[in-house]
Amino acid sequence: MEDMLFYDRLQFAFTITFHYIFPQLTMGLSLIIVFFKGQYLRNNIEKYNDAAKFFMKIFAINFTMGVVTGIPMEFQFGTNWAKFSELTGSVIGQTLAMEGMFSFFLESSFLALFIFGEKLMGQKLHFLTGFFVFLGSWASGWFILATNAWMQHPVGYEILDNGKFVLENFTSLFSNPWLLPAFLHNQFASVVTSSFVVASIGAFYILRNKNLEYGKLFLKTGVIFGTISSLLVAFPTGDWNAKNVAKYQPASFAAMEGIFETEHAGAEIVLIGQPNMQEKKLDNKIAVPNILSFLTYQDWSRQIPGMDQFKKEELPDNIPALYYAYHIMVGLGTIFIGVMFISAFFLWKKKLYQLKPLLWVIMFLVPFPYIANLTGWYTAELGRQPYLVYGLLRTSEGISPTVSSGNTLFTLLGFVALYMLLGLLFLVLVGKTINEGPKHQTH
Amino acid sequence: MELFWYIAIAIVLAVFFILDGYDFGTGIIHLFLAKKEKDKEVIAKSAGLFWDSNEVWLVAAGGMLFMAFPTFYASVFSGFYLPLILVLWLIIFRAIGLELRSQFKFQMWKDIWDVSFGVSSLLLALFFGIALGNIVRGVNLGGVEKGVSVYEGHYFFLPLWDSSFSPLSKTPGVIDWFTIVIGIISVITLAIHGANWIVLKTNSTINTKLKKVVFNLNSILAVFTIFSLVIWQIINPNSLNNFIDNPYLMVFPIIYLTGLIGLFFIKKIRKDIYSFILSCLLIIGGITSSLASLFPVLLPSVNAVNDPLTIYNTSAPEYGLSVALNWGIIGFILISIYLIIQKRLLGGKIDAMDYGH
Repeated sequence: MEDMLFYDRLQFAFTITFHYIFPQLTMGLSLIIVFFKGQYLRNNIEKYNDAAKFFMKIFAINFTMGVVTGIPMEFQFGTNWAKFSELTGSVIGQTLAMEGMFSFFLESSFLALFIFGEKLMGQKLHFLTGFFVFLGSWASGWFILATNAWMQHPVGYEILDNGKFVLENFTSLFSNPWLLPAFLHNQFASVVTSSFVVASIGAFYILRNKNLEYGKLFLKTGVIFGTISSLLVAFPTGDWNAKNVAKYQPASFAAMEGIFETEHAGAEIVLIGQPNMQEKKLDNKIAVPNILSFLTYQDWSRQIPGMDQFKKEELPDNIPALYYAYHIMVGLGTIFIGVMFISAFFLWKKKLYQLKPLLWVIMFLVPFPYIANLTGWYTAELGRQPYLVYGLLRTSEGISPTVSSGNTLFTLLGFVALYMLLGLLFLVLVGKTINEGPKHQTH
Repeated sequence: MELFWYIAIAIVLAVFFILDGYDFGTGIIHLFLAKKEKDKEVIAKSAGLFWDSNEVWLVAAGGMLFMAFPTFYASVFSGFYLPLILVLWLIIFRAIGLELRSQFKFQMWKDIWDVSFGVSSLLLALFFGIALGNIVRGVNLGGVEKGVSVYEGHYFFLPLWDSSFSPLSKTPGVIDWFTIVIGIISVITLAIHGANWIVLKTNSTINTKLKKVVFNLNSILAVFTIFSLVIWQIINPNSLNNFIDNPYLMVFPIIYLTGLIGLFFIKKIRKDIYSFILSCLLIIGGITSSLASLFPVLLPSVNAVNDPLTIYNTSAPEYGLSVALNWGIIGFILISIYLIIQKRLLGGKIDAMDYGH
């Protein structure tokens, strides 16, 4: 039973991690593509249209990867988490089915039209199809976050005698106080990823002295989108989420902030330190007193419950991983704000394109927003442990009763091998597309 | 309300097999019959343009099943664990085969992805047929051994095969001689469907040959159909009861027969769209007849200890189903609009369309 649970969790963690590399780019990038296409419609300068089409190629590769790694996610609810599906299907089946119906059809139908239909449709309709692709991909985020929000903070349900969750109030799935902050935080974070991708391709072209005109456009656009979005990720949406965790999952809040002991005169904020689970303290701690209380409750001396206030069964089962995930996300987010604001400043001073060291930094930062997005999700998911539905259904109670650990390990190994191949092909294709650069098509 | 969602999901599944079915069939034809590079390219393109919007129907069916029949979803997806994961892997190979072939210009690269597309399409067609065979045959619900359930009565786990390879075994596996026959029927049906699609959508040089191929495959299909009906009677002597009790259900087998008989006249059919419609009828008729024969059962039990899964004992409660009806109708209207727009813009032959990069 123990290792069944372990392999089921590992397989889900691995497949969702790999999957989420792709949607986090496509959601943000679709917004930037719509922006380029809109600019072209407004001022009729060809390079904006080329930029839109160039990033649509990158979008298409990511979209394909997202689709083929996304179907296993939907299936795994049934294959590996059958008991969970059986017990909660009548609630979260709603949001998952709506995702298929309202977002995937929209996204896939209009993507084909956007890629193949420019000449057939004319520019205005082409812009519109791009907009629908954007709408579809953000709707997908909305329904997934609605599903996750219900698992983090269940609302609008009733539990029957046989343990099944039954939907009682449909609209409460979408008015869940967890949903909107989590959705906005997630969407802006995906805009950060795509801003860095756009900006770093731009920096790459400028540093290589190739496709200069496009390089400058990409860099400028990436920096502007990145400055706004990296700020919005932290404030107000990140702040808003942290307050939700403190309110609805106080045990997780203590664990992710690394508060082992309750301080009565206000909680400190931990910047650096390693959780020492044996001695229940942080090693090599650097912390600033009272800040956490202020940030969370705008009250310097407000008491925040530490992990000593909770029973072991209520605390997340991997506290160090949760703590690191959260701190990596916050640390990286802070760095993004710094780099983007410095870049925006030099852009405003018209010196950015000549400032080679900064361009190198932007170019090499591109993996880090991916890491920040993923560790953000790890924070949410590890923080929800040991529950699938917070406070109500334990993770160990959700696995498929009939699938043995040997079978799960077999499929996990298969997924690892297959996804390594996919990852390699993905890098080759994206590299090739970037190397070819945006082409000006002559009609 | 259960009945409504049952029909809705059946429709979505049928649409999936019609749409993605031609992709699978195209892959099978591509694997065996496309020899010239020009044909290979255009045939791959006739699937490559559409696979991802077709696959969405599978995702939609999965989501609706999860929402409307959670117990069935949980039981079947965990019970058919291995074949389902294999299908997921094949879907990945099919997709990358189509998407990657045009990325580089040298022949070896194209050959690799052509095989990936062709073989995975063939196996997918086979697996989906085997899946239908399993649903019709039933499984050892509750994992009964010596008259005692090992699991809760609505759970099971199927090995890929049982040492006897017999559908009459007390613990049948995924693959046995009955499900293999249904798998072969599925491969032949989808190959016919794919060939019709290629003729309809492309100007490939093998189009005339394909009509002959369809005729021959259809003759084999007729033989297999009769054979499968006979062995189905052996496995489940009650399989015709629903049709005897409710004669109007005969409309489904008649749909299938219309397709089967019609396709014998393929060489006389002037408009390619008509032959494509006939193979659609084969698919619709095949799926609906199987479902109608089982109704209201979704998955029969091969033991006497546990009851079969039906649309009534696996469904979500009334409130959720009726709420979903509201958004479901809006969704269906929207999807129809997308389909019409897509059809208008991407209709006709696709040879000249600029696919890839």
